[in-house]
Amino acid sequence: MTEGCRCADTQEHSGADLALIEPVLERYAGDPGSLIPVLQETQRVYGYLPKDALREIAAARKIPLAKVYGVATFYSQFHLRPRGEKVIRICHGTACHVRGAPEVTRVIVEELGAKVGETTEDRAFTIESVACVGCCGLAPVMIVGEQTHGQLDNVKARTIVATLREEAELARGEIPPSAEEEEPA
Amino acid sequence: MSAKAPVEITTAEGTTAIRICTGSGCVMNGSLDVADCFEKTLEEAGAHETVRVVRTGCHGLCENGPVVVVAPDGVFYPCVTPKMARGIVEKLVTDGSYVMDYLFRPAEGEEPIVRYSDVPFNASQQRIVLRRCGVVDPEDIDDALGLGAYDGLKKVLGELDPESLIAEIKASGLRGRGGAGFLTGQKWRFTRDAQGDTKYMICNADEGDPGAFMDRSVIEGDPHSVLEGMVIAAYAIGAHEGYVYVRAEYPLAVKRLRKAIEQAEERGLLGDDILGSGFSFRVRVKEGAGAFVCGEETALIASIEGDRGMPRVRPPFPATSGLWGKPTCINNVETLANVAWIIANGADAYSGIGTGKSKGTKVFALTGKVRYSGLVEVPMGMTVRDLVFGIGGGCGEGLDCKAVQIGGPSGGCLPERLMDTPIEYEALAEVGAIVGSGGLVVVDQKTCMVDFARYFLTFTQDESCGKCVPCRIGTKRMLEIVTRITEGNGEEGDIEKLEGLAIDVKRASLCGLGQTAPNPALTTIRYFREEYEEHISEKRCRAGVCLELSRYVIHADSCRGCAVCKKHCPVGAIWGEMKQPHTISVDRCIKCGVCVEHCPFDSIERV
Repeated sequence: MTEGCRCADTQEHSGADLALIEPVLERYAGDPGSLIPVLQETQRVYGYLPKDALREIAAARKIPLAKVYGVATFYSQFHLRPRGEKVIRICHGTACHVRGAPEVTRVIVEELGAKVGETTEDRAFTIESVACVGCCGLAPVMIVGEQTHGQLDNVKARTIVATLREEAELARGEIPPSAEEEEPA
Repeated sequence: MSAKAPVEITTAEGTTAIRICTGSGCVMNGSLDVADCFEKTLEEAGAHETVRVVRTGCHGLCENGPVVVVAPDGVFYPCVTPKMARGIVEKLVTDGSYVMDYLFRPAEGEEPIVRYSDVPFNASQQRIVLRRCGVVDPEDIDDALGLGAYDGLKKVLGELDPESLIAEIKASGLRGRGGAGFLTGQKWRFTRDAQGDTKYMICNADEGDPGAFMDRSVIEGDPHSVLEGMVIAAYAIGAHEGYVYVRAEYPLAVKRLRKAIEQAEERGLLGDDILGSGFSFRVRVKEGAGAFVCGEETALIASIEGDRGMPRVRPPFPATSGLWGKPTCINNVETLANVAWIIANGADAYSGIGTGKSKGTKVFALTGKVRYSGLVEVPMGMTVRDLVFGIGGGCGEGLDCKAVQIGGPSGGCLPERLMDTPIEYEALAEVGAIVGSGGLVVVDQKTCMVDFARYFLTFTQDESCGKCVPCRIGTKRMLEIVTRITEGNGEEGDIEKLEGLAIDVKRASLCGLGQTAPNPALTTIRYFREEYEEHISEKRCRAGVCLELSRYVIHADSCRGCAVCKKHCPVGAIWGEMKQPHTISVDRCIKCGVCVEHCPFDSIERV
């Protein structure tokens, strides 16, 4: 809802390997209500929704691309652009808001040099704002990958970002590029 | 189980059990490691066969996690670490008693409280929906069965026909807990009476309000209470297929729900020919994809059908034309979790709790600037003050409670002076708030009410599906006005403009989102108008929250002149002699806040 119209973008090719989603399309073929699960699984495969994949889904399900695009842009869970290796999700639930989430966000944005909703230039991090992760008792909260950090303040947020940066640099320096190409599940 | 029983912690088998919370909050505080440590230590002590470690759902007191309660005595240990776990086990196996030093103390130096049920946070709670939350292992159906799960269903299938079942639920006075408060029995009646062979039962678990986590905790802590409620509702309305529409942001809830469905099917409590009654009902889990508006019935249906989750005009109501055009009943998680208890204990027992038109209990997510935050369940009719001060322990930190926000983005802010309002659908509506789904956020003097209104409008404006003009454009214009007020660009007449727009948006929007979106702005204007006026005419934010209207100051009485702030200031805005109080130049300061982070004496404040 927040992303602007980018219909024209879908004419380009993203170079995604479409064979990867064939099993998904097959499994849901003939189930008219399953467009959302199909998109969810497609995103699980690629990490985002590549343009080619959207076109493939439309063709396979015999529905207009506009409909697929409409659904994909309606729900905040779907992403049309690749995201960073690690997604930093800062909770902006009410409890987090009154306990300092805006300050924490400001610090993280400042430290990483990318705005909320953006990915850092090195594709290491994406900063996202989420409505509520339901850990209000420990507000303010942010989730990095699978890990949740609670009771944050500016100092704690800066320390966490610094650690994450170090980890990212270490990972880049030590793992040869070939080992990074994991087979998507 | 009696309704009054305050969080009784006894095991089905009467053995000793260490119940450790593995709800999302406690997991964040390391409860999984602590649970492993308990198991390992018990094994080393040779006590692993007599003492069970139970990984439960939410106990409620999230801030003191990991929460551990040892049955059968109900001894409570807050903030348990692996080291503490070893000490607890040692004491337990040597003389069966507890470790005094690890017990909960309401405040430094106060006497410790031994039993979990005696903690002030729990003392006036009454648990019906959460009857098994924090007690049973949510991934083990036998645990739940031992504490009465599916007893209600057995009674329904054995003794009641759908008509008398609906009459019983109607008599209990149970109203929808999702926000609107419609009589549940009436909703079932409409769906049962609707024409059609195929009908659907949907459980709405799309808990989208920021600051609310009741439904998530119920599913994570006791998924069978929800499933049992669904089967009973399906029997009442004559549905054989159902869905649980659950937020994708709740992966643990999804996992536990799937497991619970699987286990219930294995035991013949779900699926074909349930308990040999001839009645069949299948449930599927549908994961949402992140859209607040999908909590609205018709939008939720559109989403299950694979479309954009946009609401449509009612009538026809889902009860006559819902999912795929068939009669559909949609009930909220908490509503359904009440159902089996009502059947097992009788409608009279339920309607005996609560007041006038608001019967039973309500679960709240008590959060914000409150001493004890977490999940609470209280009888309807309790005052907001008793909830915030009696159970939540007040604001703490020496700050005064300023307001309570009830009902999230659809609800309103009540000022402190109205906190004696009882928690009832009608009483809260009268003062501009709603019972809503149950988010209850306490705020103190450090919260700016204009910024608070801006926060909620940002949320609703972003989540507006865009179908109706009043909601799509009205909330945007309202947000623009509130934003300019917080930025110091407010103009005379802005408050009146906001009020006018708010009424238009409420009147002309199609669904609940638009009809209630102006509430946070309206109630903050109603009760905190002077703060709006200060922002506009004096360009002042008394809470020091609005950046453009606040500045940083060093308190001369506590500043020791250590010059740490001066060293860290990126623009050289701080000056002062060593060992003398320092000063910040308002003209130079860029309000980055670095000085506050580094001050060792907490002498710098934004005002």
